[in-house]
Amino acid sequence: MRTPLSKVRGMGSAGSGTGHFWHQRLTAIANLPLAIFVLWLLASAAGGSHAEVVERLSSGPVAIALLLAIVSIAYHMKLGMQVIIEDYVHGEGTKMALVIANLFFTLAVSAIAVFSVLTIAFGS
Amino acid sequence: MVELALPKNSKITKGKTWPKPEGATNLREYRIYRWSPDDDENPRVDTYFVDMDDCGPMVLDALLWIKDNIDPTLTLRRSCREGICGSCAMNIDGTNTLACTKGMDEISAVVAVYPLPHMNVVKDLVPDLSNFYAQHQSIEPWLKTVSPQPQTEWRQSHEDREELDGLYECILCACCSTSCPSYWWNSDRYLGPAVLLQAHRWIKDSRDEATGERLDNLEDPFRLYRCHTIMNCTQACPKGLNPAKAIAEIKKMMVERQV
Repeated sequence: MRTPLSKVRGMGSAGSGTGHFWHQRLTAIANLPLAIFVLWLLASAAGGSHAEVVERLSSGPVAIALLLAIVSIAYHMKLGMQVIIEDYVHGEGTKMALVIANLFFTLAVSAIAVFSVLTIAFGS
Repeated sequence: MVELALPKNSKITKGKTWPKPEGATNLREYRIYRWSPDDDENPRVDTYFVDMDDCGPMVLDALLWIKDNIDPTLTLRRSCREGICGSCAMNIDGTNTLACTKGMDEISAVVAVYPLPHMNVVKDLVPDLSNFYAQHQSIEPWLKTVSPQPQTEWRQSHEDREELDGLYECILCACCSTSCPSYWWNSDRYLGPAVLLQAHRWIKDSRDEATGERLDNLEDPFRLYRCHTIMNCTQACPKGLNPAKAIAEIKKMMVERQV
C-alpha cells in the first residue's frame, strides 16, 4: 500500500549513469577506426603463412593497435550488453547474476585476447 | 523478463457488431477496444457504424456520436475537444494521438481505436495514468528559487523565454510516453519522454535556481538513461514537439557538467 509518488521516488536517483553513457560514446568513436584496422589486418593477413602473420603481429604499431582494439571493443560490448540486460531482465536476482556474468565474461575474453597478442608479439 | 505476449485475461476477443444506423448511406466503420472491470470477461473489439452525414469530422466526434446514438456504455475521457487538455489521448489507426485533433479523412479505411498501449485499463478507452502523473510530480514541475521573492514577477529576457518554446506546449497527454518501448518495459523506473521533456522545461528555465538539483535527480541509469533514442515519442506527439531532442539535451548537460 504505497502511494504512486512513493513508488516513483523509490530509493532515489542512483547518482550515476552519465559515466556509462559517456564511455559508450567514447568507445563507439574509438571503435570506428580500430574496427576498420582489425578488418584491414584480417584481410591483409588472409592467405599468408603462419610465419608471415606472426611477424606482422610482432610489429609494435600493429600489436599496440590490436591491444587497443581488444580493450575498446570489449569494454563497449560490456556496456552495451549491460543496457540490454537492464532493459529486458526484470527479476532483481537474475538481473544481478547476468550483470556479474557479463562483466566476468568480458574480463575473461579480453584477458585471453590480450595474453595471445602479447605472446605473439614478444615470442613464446 | 519482459512479457512479450499478453496475459491470458488480456487477450482480445471478437466482440459485438452493432447494427448499422437506419436510413444512413454514408457510413464509416469503427472497431473499438472494450473492457469493463465489472465482469470477468476478456477485452473485446466491438464494431460500430457511424452515420457520417450526422457526425463531425474528427474521431472524437464519431466516438461521441456512437456514445449518443448507439452505445452509451462506451467509456472515454474527453474535455476541451480542441487539443489543449490532452484527455482524449488514445491509439487511433495504430498511432497514439488525440481523438479530437485526428481527422477521419486522415484514415483510409476502418478506424481502429484502442486505449494508450501498455497501460492498465480502467475501462474501455480510459487508461490508468496514476504512475504517469506521479512521475510528473517527482520532477517537481514548478519554479524553484532561493533568492528573495521580487516585488513583482521573476524577470526573464525574450531570448530566455524563447528557450522554452517547444517545451511549454506539452499538454501531458501521454501519447509519447506510451508509444515508447523503453517506457513499456520499464515504466516503473524510467520516467519516459513526456516527463523528461517537462523536466527539461524546468532545467532550461532561466528563472529557476535548482538546475543542478534537477540534474542530480535525473542522474540515474533508469530514470533518464533508458532512453535509447527510438524516437517513437517524437513521431507520436500530437502537438508536434520533440521529446527525444529534449532528452538528448538533458544528456548533453549531464556530460557537460562532468567533462
